[in-house]
Amino acid sequence: MTELKRTPLYDLHVELGGKLVDFAGWEMPVQYPLGIMGEHKQCREKAAVFDVSHMGQVILRGENVGEKLEALCPQAYATLKEGKARYGFFTNADGGIMDDLIVSNAGDHFFVVVNAALRHQDIPHMREHLDGVEVIEIFDRALVAVQGPAAENVVGELCPAARDLKFMETTVADINGVECRISRLGYTGEDGYEISIPEDKAIEITKAFLAHEDCEAAGLGARDSLRLEAGLCLYGNDIDQSTSPIEASLAWAIQKRRKEEGGFPGADRVQKELAEGPAKKLVGIKPTGRAPARQGVEIQCSNGNTIGQITSGVFGPTVGGPVAMGYVAAGHTEPGETVNLIIRGKPQPAEIVALPFVKQNYKR
Amino acid sequence: MATYYSEEHEWLAVEGDTATLGITKHAAEQLGDVVFVEQQEAGDEFEKGGEIGVIESVKAASELYAPVDGEITEVNEALADNPGALNEDPEGEAWIYKIKIADAAQLEDLMDEAGYKAFIG
Repeated sequence: MTELKRTPLYDLHVELGGKLVDFAGWEMPVQYPLGIMGEHKQCREKAAVFDVSHMGQVILRGENVGEKLEALCPQAYATLKEGKARYGFFTNADGGIMDDLIVSNAGDHFFVVVNAALRHQDIPHMREHLDGVEVIEIFDRALVAVQGPAAENVVGELCPAARDLKFMETTVADINGVECRISRLGYTGEDGYEISIPEDKAIEITKAFLAHEDCEAAGLGARDSLRLEAGLCLYGNDIDQSTSPIEASLAWAIQKRRKEEGGFPGADRVQKELAEGPAKKLVGIKPTGRAPARQGVEIQCSNGNTIGQITSGVFGPTVGGPVAMGYVAAGHTEPGETVNLIIRGKPQPAEIVALPFVKQNYKR
Repeated sequence: MATYYSEEHEWLAVEGDTATLGITKHAAEQLGDVVFVEQQEAGDEFEKGGEIGVIESVKAASELYAPVDGEITEVNEALADNPGALNEDPEGEAWIYKIKIADAAQLEDLMDEAGYKAFIG
């Protein structure tokens, strides 16, 4: 077994009693003593801090970086204004999703955050295809997410500039005298920030957040149930190299000009699916009973035919019952349709529902 | 009455040829917040090592395996509405089944409390 990598916050996870697991080759806390349910509710009701330093932080430096990114992504990055961040993805030649990412225009450079498990793919991909752009992978900074309705106070008390940011805006500001990149976004459906911190100050600053009475540490378990209730895709579960952004219900993340002009890998398929509709589509699925439906569970329509598969499923602590996402065949995507989930060989009733399960609470 | 423990982290409180079965505190801690329990029905027979239920936490499902051969005589119905009881009192109120033991000799393969404590370290 190869040795697991540790983030700059490792010692803090141990100190806080985090239960550490292997996540994409990183030794990460899946939960703390509060437990997944408690940490989830903490984030929905007050604020929670997550270590997301395993994700890849990348600086892109050069001329016309945004324009060049448009050759790899279906997003309008050429027109992304300074101080703004935008969700996007790399597509492959077949129109599948190679990875999803957040791209920020930081003025004299672009700042990109990619999934931990795909750093080894994305960095060479950008180096190969972004001509004249210096691709610098950051190894000496932590990434800490502070999420929840109280996040503005938790971060704002240490860094007033954070209060002035709106959803999907980014800036550089001092926290405890340390220069950090602060972006108002996240992966929980709540208001909040992701903050890039020099590694030697990461524990000190994270402890300063935790010192706030409304803030507790939360692990990857709560992060997963929070993002699923918020209807956000997890790469490797809900989206992968074979699924197109249109199938994944991510058409909203492709700006109008790019939909019309194309010019990104796999544009043919994406434009065809936009015009004619995809063969299958990612939808929300709400089991009627208490049994959670996990990844891989078969979805049948009322006449017993297989129409799809669950890609993510958890018990949603805020919803108070199981929630899931999965792909279903065209013709079965309308909210309200009743389906059966085959859980351990037995059909369990469920309903196709509109995403998200819990209203997103962003500060626009 | 004697209590036995399995390597699958179940406890079995035996009285004559009947027993009460549940999961240990250690198992409950490892599972985290239990959100769903799938139980079989009274009258169901099972063999040692067979699956006799599923316990689900927020994130994952874990099977419950029979520590001995036997038959379910009573199901703790309260767990269906209150699966969280398995975190609060797994070795008491939140028992899972009452069973009839088919072959008492199989109890010799299980651990006593001291043995189980050593097993979980």
